[in-house]
Amino acid sequence: MTTRQFGQPVQRREDPRLLTGGGRYLDDLGHTAYEAAFVRSPHAHARIVDIDTDDAIDVDGVIAIYTHEDLPGIIGEPLPLLIPHPALTQARTGYALAKDEVNHVGEAVVMVVATNRYVAEDAVERIRVSYERLPAVVGIEAARDGSQTVHDEYDDNVSAHLLQEVGDVEAALAAAPHTLTLDLEIERSACQPLEGKGVLAQWNSDDESLRIYSSTQTSTGVRAAVAAKLGLPLAKVECIAPDVGGGFGVKIMHPWPEEVLVPWAARNLDHDVKWTEDRREHFISSSHERGQLQQVTVGFDDEGRLLALDVKFWHDNGAYTPYGIIVPIITATQLLGPYKPGTYRVEFWSLFTNTVLVTPYRGAGRPQGCFAMERTMDAIARYLEIDRAEVRARNFILPEEMPYDHGLMFQDGRPLKYDSGDFPASLAKLKELVGWDDFADYRAAAEAEGRKVGLGIGCYVEGTGVGPYEGGHIHVETDGRVNVATGLTTQGQGHQTALAQIVADELGVPFENVHVTTGDTRRMAYAVGTFASRAAVMSGNAVALAARVVKAKALRIAADALEVSPDDLEIENGVISVKGAPGNSIDIGTVAVMSNPLRYAFDEAAKKATQFAGTFDPDKPPVGDDEEPGLEGQDFYSPTQATFANGMHAAIVETDPQTAEITILRYCVIHDCGNMINPLIVEGQIHGGVAQGVGGALYERMVYDDSGQLLNASFMDFLMPYASEVPHVEADHLETPSPLNPLGIKGAGEAGTIPVSAVIASAIEDAEGFPITAMPISPSELWTLRRAHA
Amino acid sequence: MKPGPFRYLAPTTLEEAVRALGEHPDAKVLAGGQSLIPVLSMRLARPTHLVDLAGIAGLGEVEVSDEWVRVGALVTHARLLADEDGYAALPLLRQALRNVAHPAIRNRGTTVGSIAHADAAGEMPSILAITDGVVEAFGPQGRREIPASEFFAGALETTLAHDEVIEAVRFGRFPGGTTTAFLESARRKGDYAMAGVAVALTVDESGQITSARASFVSVTDVPGVLDLTGALAGRIPTDVDWSVIDDAVQDHIEPEADIHVSAEYRAHLAGELARRAFAQAAATHPGGNS
Repeated sequence: MTTRQFGQPVQRREDPRLLTGGGRYLDDLGHTAYEAAFVRSPHAHARIVDIDTDDAIDVDGVIAIYTHEDLPGIIGEPLPLLIPHPALTQARTGYALAKDEVNHVGEAVVMVVATNRYVAEDAVERIRVSYERLPAVVGIEAARDGSQTVHDEYDDNVSAHLLQEVGDVEAALAAAPHTLTLDLEIERSACQPLEGKGVLAQWNSDDESLRIYSSTQTSTGVRAAVAAKLGLPLAKVECIAPDVGGGFGVKIMHPWPEEVLVPWAARNLDHDVKWTEDRREHFISSSHERGQLQQVTVGFDDEGRLLALDVKFWHDNGAYTPYGIIVPIITATQLLGPYKPGTYRVEFWSLFTNTVLVTPYRGAGRPQGCFAMERTMDAIARYLEIDRAEVRARNFILPEEMPYDHGLMFQDGRPLKYDSGDFPASLAKLKELVGWDDFADYRAAAEAEGRKVGLGIGCYVEGTGVGPYEGGHIHVETDGRVNVATGLTTQGQGHQTALAQIVADELGVPFENVHVTTGDTRRMAYAVGTFASRAAVMSGNAVALAARVVKAKALRIAADALEVSPDDLEIENGVISVKGAPGNSIDIGTVAVMSNPLRYAFDEAAKKATQFAGTFDPDKPPVGDDEEPGLEGQDFYSPTQATFANGMHAAIVETDPQTAEITILRYCVIHDCGNMINPLIVEGQIHGGVAQGVGGALYERMVYDDSGQLLNASFMDFLMPYASEVPHVEADHLETPSPLNPLGIKGAGEAGTIPVSAVIASAIEDAEGFPITAMPISPSELWTLRRAHA
Repeated sequence: MKPGPFRYLAPTTLEEAVRALGEHPDAKVLAGGQSLIPVLSMRLARPTHLVDLAGIAGLGEVEVSDEWVRVGALVTHARLLADEDGYAALPLLRQALRNVAHPAIRNRGTTVGSIAHADAAGEMPSILAITDGVVEAFGPQGRREIPASEFFAGALETTLAHDEVIEAVRFGRFPGGTTTAFLESARRKGDYAMAGVAVALTVDESGQITSARASFVSVTDVPGVLDLTGALAGRIPTDVDWSVIDDAVQDHIEPEADIHVSAEYRAHLAGELARRAFAQAAATHPGGNS
């Protein structure tokens, strides 16, 4: 019996190649391409008065210089609003190159194409843009105040205002025995993948076709967007995501200005053109996230049970809203976590500021929501002097209450309805893992040494695997090689391993024979993209369904050949045999030969499929009425709703009594993503997620000054944690399968990130004895808080 | 983030290097490049020429004498960190170098380069100061020696002439009976410190303090030496309550705020680190606890 691959900690097959420098990232491609660089706005808010390119055009090696005036027709129109929403009443998107006005530092104003990037940057330096500066709106308070506006055509800075209510919150608050109000704040951060964005466009003037390579999370999205902007038939555009060095959300936003401009310039110039984003460009022109002010009013009973939860928050969406209001919608809905709120009212204002736009970053609004909810849980526990884990347990949705419908609309426009999860079991595992009930002793021992420690906890639920769909295409070659294609993209998740595990099992072929291609529109033209912890759920199930299609076909053909019923056959290790008679068999490669009748023999395998080769029924056509040639097939997976993963984290943190330095001593995770395809990959996702969460909790922020300059636009001053700052993560799993999909899986990609700020705030608060209401927190800030609370 | 055009010069002698610098007023000296190259890439500096010292023989040695540890201009932090003779002669070198950035940077960055760069957030300038080190400069007129106390002129400023290069620096060895410590606190391991301190504590044969000195990282414009001997002479190190140095430390430092820390916190941190460093140095004396 072949070992089932699903559930095995199979080593990632892509790692040897990636770790030994074999990766082919965007900048590794297109060595003969012209290269682009951009003049970007030095001001947060200004009118463009004049652009003088005279000195630049003479720089040796400059090929072309473009401003907004040069962009014809639709290319010069605003970039698309990707996700409209009825509440987004004052939407604005930017232009590929700024038209008349700039709204954040870093906005592209002029594009230079040159023989290489050095020359392009030399030319950029010589371009003089005259600006008339306008007042900049920086920070949520300034945006909310609204005395200055980002966009002239609107009277305030509110792009969207949305209120959802379940039950009568006013009445429940009035009747509640206890109420508390918390004012909370979460800073900005950003994805910061190690590889920034990048585009290579190759125009073929002979057949008027375009090939785009983009460091993107959605090649189908970029393809469609560029075809629309350039007025090209979809059939003449292909888009490929090569190896992509991380995404974390910033690359699901599309099309970026450069994704439109570089292909357009390539066609214009009839020459390959490439742009590779540098780190400073990434900081000032690629999306940020987080950034909210929140106010929570909660009513609860003597046992700490929620009666009413009333949440208002103000979300900084930056200068433009191309990705709609997905982030605040997720905050508003996922804030509830594993709890029943009694009654719930959530109201948010999404606000324009003269800063880089805000689109989803791993966690996508959930870390903010989790922070609000979990700070509230701790506040209730503190107020009632009840154990913090116990307060949470008293408010859990119970397993027998699944599926649980919150009565709200989720980010996919569908009901917020939890499908699975066992929160009491997860909490019990977490308490055991971290030693929750023994922490008093742990603290006493530390105090005896003059040390200060605290224990923190945070719980979350994550809607994963949102639709609309993904597909899988599987093609078996005559030598038994199995080619699997799915259209969503890979940024290091291990899809080549995980999806191959699924197909190997479903089809009954050796894992080694299965080869997975992602993010290539030549191989699978129908796809959505990699985001929202959806790849395993969506493409995992899609390739499983496709494998079942191909398996059925293989059995049909083999049954004919072996003169048995398909029901009597099984496939194992690539060999189809009659159950109970293993000698009576045919290998899947031979079935592939038989599936494709040939006129011409070009190799030994093909010879077996030619018209004079062997036995065939002269009364039947070579390809049957309902058949197609080739052992291949495809299928799509499209769920009715998201599937909800969950997790609970706990941390023990030490704060230095004198220096206020903060050290995470232990970090424990209980994670439930349903059936795990590959526990090794799931744990890797958790480790990476926690690392980014630690960044958000203790290190990372976007330091804008009042004029809208980003003061820390480099890895020297934007403190992404090093390995030395990331704690060892102790992870354990609970597997409550999702009933919603054939494989019973739920997403895992964002899980590690979501609760970390809440957990660390909880632990610091426990160590220090005063409330922590704003994250991230630095030693300097903690020391200042200590003095305020002394 | 690509440098603007520059000419690359690769002299093979100090004389040639100095001549090139004299000919090109906007030339810059390149050794490990760990500060210069990022500055070039961000186009924050536009030198017309880079004068690379890598091809000049004789600059890669660490030499130990009774009085000095002499470090050539091309000695990397990593090379000096690993040098057993240097460590035995002057343990403070390794105590400090462990805190210089990360291995990848230490593998290319040179100790002399970081001193020439004179960043007050660099560790090695403060080590040159506390060891009463000497800079060996080579210029058109030949060699001259500049004591550390006369070398650092301000933030990122030195008294080295444009047409001089540093051939080597000499870190002074401490007298017998000296223990040292180096402590710093950075937001992330290997970052420029929020504050750091090097201390040297010398006792006589009876165990009484004869010298107590400190120099700081990131809290002064210029790495100077705080001499606390007057207040501590004659005391037994392990008996000292190190908070006695607080006022002197606070008077000595001039901490400023940046985007990571307030000036007040930085001052507090420098004071705390100074106490801890002296306590550590005291504890490692033969009469101490460890």
